[in-house]
Amino acid sequence: MTSDELRAAVLASLGDIAPEADLAGLADDDDLRDELDLDSMDFLNFIIGIHERTGIDVPERDYSRLGTVGAALAYLAAHAAG
Amino acid sequence: MSVPEATSHGYAGAFRVIPAPASWDVTPNLTDYGATRASFTWEAARAGLEGLPGGGLNIAHEALDRHVAAGRGAHVAIRWLARAGDRRDFTYAELSEQANRFANVLANLGVQRGQRVFSLAGRIPELYVAALGTWKYGAVFSPLFSAFGPEPIKQRLAIGDGRVLVTTSALYARKVAGIRAELAGLAHVLVVARDGEEIPAGTLGLDGLLRAASDRFATAATMPADEATIHFTSGTTGKPKGAVHVHEAVVAHHITGSYALDLRPDDIFWCTADPGWVTGTSYGIISPLTHGLTSIVDEAEFDAEHWYQVLDRERVTVWYTAPTAIRMLMRAGADLARSYNLSSLRFAGSVGEPLNPEAVVWGTEALGLPFHDNWWQTETGGIVIANFRAVDIRPGSMGLPLPGFEVGIVDHREDGGVSVIDRPDVDGELAIRPGWPSMFRGYLGDEERYRKAFANGWYLTGDLARRDGDGYYWFVGRADDVIKSSGHLIGPFEVESALLEHVAVAEAGVIGKPDAIAGNIVKAFVSLKPGFEESDALRRELLGHARQRLGAAVAPKEIAFLPALPRTRSGKIMRRLLRAWELGLPEGDLSTLESS
Repeated sequence: MTSDELRAAVLASLGDIAPEADLAGLADDDDLRDELDLDSMDFLNFIIGIHERTGIDVPERDYSRLGTVGAALAYLAAHAAG
Repeated sequence: MSVPEATSHGYAGAFRVIPAPASWDVTPNLTDYGATRASFTWEAARAGLEGLPGGGLNIAHEALDRHVAAGRGAHVAIRWLARAGDRRDFTYAELSEQANRFANVLANLGVQRGQRVFSLAGRIPELYVAALGTWKYGAVFSPLFSAFGPEPIKQRLAIGDGRVLVTTSALYARKVAGIRAELAGLAHVLVVARDGEEIPAGTLGLDGLLRAASDRFATAATMPADEATIHFTSGTTGKPKGAVHVHEAVVAHHITGSYALDLRPDDIFWCTADPGWVTGTSYGIISPLTHGLTSIVDEAEFDAEHWYQVLDRERVTVWYTAPTAIRMLMRAGADLARSYNLSSLRFAGSVGEPLNPEAVVWGTEALGLPFHDNWWQTETGGIVIANFRAVDIRPGSMGLPLPGFEVGIVDHREDGGVSVIDRPDVDGELAIRPGWPSMFRGYLGDEERYRKAFANGWYLTGDLARRDGDGYYWFVGRADDVIKSSGHLIGPFEVESALLEHVAVAEAGVIGKPDAIAGNIVKAFVSLKPGFEESDALRRELLGHARQRLGAAVAPKEIAFLPALPRTRSGKIMRRLLRAWELGLPEGDLSTLESS
């Protein structure tokens, strides 16, 4: 996937969980839990949404490495197959 | 004492009993359950605390000043782990001084004893200082969960007649500023501002006030039955309930911490609960401090690796956590746990909702210790039923009643009263004989609801349970429609009300949908007003609407449309039927359902 496609997948997953959020105004280093008011179940659903869209499996121990849009994109780029 | 492994009635669980260890490195506080229970009195438990001259009792004195006077002022009371990674220790002497400063801030603002001081903050040191300073001053402390949205915050501040609110500048801007005008009684908002954040208009900077205040304060001469704390909880209908607790509750916090969590002064204790809920106050602030131990306060949210790092690096000896977190740790695998050095851990406890037996057993694999589930609720103020270090565990059971608590299973009679069910293995409502010190003393402004919580000399918990032939209690379900999600009680009415505020919504019915991690998640069913069409865009709009008003902790995770919601003949939405549909269960007796 291209980096644009990954970004679209991340934002779409966030939009499913917090549809009220202004995702255009979200900076790449904003803490997602704080900025979007995500609880642990929301965060889990965010990871599941990413998996459904990209096929990339994020093990539980790596969840903390997807705490911002920027961090999530870096992680997914490094773990995208092919 | 070990309880017999199986009797004619006894244990019918699918998981093997986990026997209590045969020998100890550190002898448990409670070694002989039967004998301790037989000889226990609350008077003797009270003697384990100091009290104030003239029969007074104050939580902050027992938590702080008693230890300072006994020469343990230099012992670390709270080790705060900041989200950014740094840590800060507060000794008993320092925390006592900070609490004194906060009490003086209240005095300088003209706050009266008995008035209510609310908090809305994450796990930051100022929250702990505010709680202890409020008790010291003789005012009443009421914590709110920082993941609440504006609507739950407004309701609770209004019901509790909050005079002072302690929060952060960020939370104030996001959640309070917009509702401030509707809270006429809220005289003072004290904010914690970090790294150059501004103090919002209409608020006062807490840091400056604390610095300017004296670090000496003579603890208010509160009496045991004086109001100390308000914890909000939810019922099936109506507004949130403000459960009133008194200073004497500290007797129960102390002794239950000793028996059910095995706390002792040289412990490093980590209660992972947020003080916005009752566990994070009773066992996240009060009980650890009355034991004079070192308490870990972790500002960060759950993260599997980080949690194991904390357990390992801080050499945690007693850990009290919750099923949702344990199930998330299970997802991360036992190997991750085993890659850390958790050898200092002596006891692991769990509370919030029933811990599934797989998780109890998983503890022995991953940590070398089983998780000990226990049961209590906002109204009980402290642990009532528990699995103890020195007693065999039946995985999936909530355990045995603590010394000092008479617990029963009761059946509701036609005349409105209740009868005790003596036979084992029969489902009924879990009930407790009133008289324990941390029992709630009322629901704010709702005498009627309080009265209804008692019948025939029992407090009725609203939880359904059964007792096996050996006295172990097993959770069966809720007697009402209240939803338990991630260990928190959520009132369906509060969620339905927020959805009904949306212009498109005609009816809303909210249920708990079973979930492997959270126990239950909040699911809403809505029907639309004429002129509105079901669509994914509208579903998302409703979800966003609910999240903005209620916050992530209360808002539904799923919303589904129905042409109309099922109602009884009297017009009440049948949440039970919605739940049966969701689960594909038999619908049961529908004789009261409106024929449509």
